[in-house]
Amino acid sequence: MTSASEQLFAGTSLNARDRRVEWLVRNLLGLMTALLILPVVIIMTLLVVRGGPVISWEFLTTAPVDGMTAGGIFPALVGTVWLVAVALVASVPVGVAAAVYLSEYAPDNWLTRAINLAIINLAGVPSIVHALFGVGAFVLFFRFGTSILAASLTLAVMTLPVVIVSTREALQAVPRAFREACWNMGATRWQTIRRIVLPNAVSGILTGVILEVSRTSGETAPIMFTGAAFFLPFLPQGVLDQTMAMSLHLFVIATQVPDAPDALPFGVALVLISMVLAMNALSIGFRVYVRGRKKW
Amino acid sequence: MAESVAVSAPPAIATRGLNLWYGDFQALFEVNLDIRQGIITSLIGPSGCGKSTLLRSCNRMTERLGYVRTTGSIEILGQDIYAPEVELVQVRKQVGMVFQRPNPLPLSIRDNISFGHRLHARGQRVSRSGREELVEEALRKVLLWDTVKDRLDALATELSLEEQQKLCIARLLPVKPAVLLMDEPCSALDPKGTEAVEELIRELRGEFTILIVTHNMAQARRTSEETVFMLIGKVIEHGPTDDVFLNPQHRQTADYIEGRYG
Ligand SMILES: Nc1ncnc2c1ncn2[C@@H]1O[C@H](COP(=O)(O)OP(=O)(O)OP(=O)(O)O)[C@@H](O)[C@H]1O
Ligand SMILES: [Mg+2]
Repeated sequence: MTSASEQLFAGTSLNARDRRVEWLVRNLLGLMTALLILPVVIIMTLLVVRGGPVISWEFLTTAPVDGMTAGGIFPALVGTVWLVAVALVASVPVGVAAAVYLSEYAPDNWLTRAINLAIINLAGVPSIVHALFGVGAFVLFFRFGTSILAASLTLAVMTLPVVIVSTREALQAVPRAFREACWNMGATRWQTIRRIVLPNAVSGILTGVILEVSRTSGETAPIMFTGAAFFLPFLPQGVLDQTMAMSLHLFVIATQVPDAPDALPFGVALVLISMVLAMNALSIGFRVYVRGRKKW
Repeated sequence: MAESVAVSAPPAIATRGLNLWYGDFQALFEVNLDIRQGIITSLIGPSGCGKSTLLRSCNRMTERLGYVRTTGSIEILGQDIYAPEVELVQVRKQVGMVFQRPNPLPLSIRDNISFGHRLHARGQRVSRSGREELVEEALRKVLLWDTVKDRLDALATELSLEEQQKLCIARLLPVKPAVLLMDEPCSALDPKGTEAVEELIRELRGEFTILIVTHNMAQARRTSEETVFMLIGKVIEHGPTDDVFLNPQHRQTADYIEGRYG
């Protein structure tokens, strides 16, 4: 007995070779992962080390002065909040409604499939193309001029496909059996959606929206021709005003203001990336919270 | 109780020349079936013969799929359910369905039961005690009251499968359907659960017309008055359960019952 089982587990030459390959593959894959993380670590370190000293309460709450070589970033910060907020107001209702229609009402036919395909492709359109579309449609055709409204609508169009896709995923994560259960008690489509589908999908939808916000706040191309200004000492008073924005401000001081202090762009970038990371953290936290109290 | 239904009463379910296609694939062929009111009828047949398809046609669950095409007619209590003036919601109210996998809503036990009632009691004020009564009545009827009466606010999804299935039957009751369709209601349950749910189904006999799909021959014999045997989309035989099992008129029925189709 003992000898038989010893034989079963005894090492062979093949085993030794397998072990070597295993070691090699594991380390190679690990190395690739390290290479992937490295740039992120370097960027963050650089930003914190070089941009950190610039950050102060004053930096966050005052306007740039001396040809943008000194002062703070307050108008850009406020402008980005404006742009993102108006873009959300425009894109979320439309996107969620479209996703509900596509997922809950639309019949499963070639037209629906074509629309779904179009939405996915729309998500792949480069942002500079959206920018040109925004100029043509909102700035010129609808005569909004270069304004927060035109820039935000451009951002909204750009983010719409992502809102639709993430909402649809959240809706489809709600088991079909729940819908059938409701229909069988004589619930209408809408009663089913309102009482069961949406309440169970809302956290997933919010997660998608928050991720959307973080992405939108960093976009530069779509806003630079449609509503974002190089320098404006005043805060925007309404949606038809132009505004400064964090992303464009960073681009400007890094490339167009040669005598800006070296640390300044790093500081602006650090604030921008902190905004994005904070949003992402919020979104991840949400997801963890929701997964924790999932009811099925 | 079946005797109390007048002979002239229309059948609970009557199909005439029912054909159904999933795209190009025909799943039902010229089904003509009369299901008598107030009794339990079993629907048996090998896997893939169209039992679930037939069941789902009876409350128009199939039409959600864009590629399904139906011809012929289905009458529930004398009313053609595919007639243009008929509201889908009314069909679903009259014809309740219980699924193979229990599918309680992710709500409390109490809310699961009162869900259907809330849907249809719009405008009307229902007192709290009225609703409590309704919940108790439905749960008593499915023999679940004593086990859950102390935890009505617990999530229904946390009940055992047997309890969940009973709950799924209970929540149909406040909607007051005439017909209950059950698609292998016991196949996700252990033997004890199967027995309990089966007993419940027998309890409900007379009050509802029940059409139950089952792969369990013994269950069909124990619970139903009539049995329908289907094979590749066609109804082969329909008659009193004892006749179908003891004295089948068709070769295929006999073969199936004796286990030669698996
Ligand atoms: N949604 C669908 N799309 C396409 N074909 C389907 C669909 N549902 C069922 N079918 C086909 O229709 C036929 C009948 O299916 P059905 O589910 O009604 O059989 P069943 O008798 O209920 O089988 P089982 O005993 O396994 O539940 C099968 O051949 C199946 O492949
Ligand atoms: Mg089936």
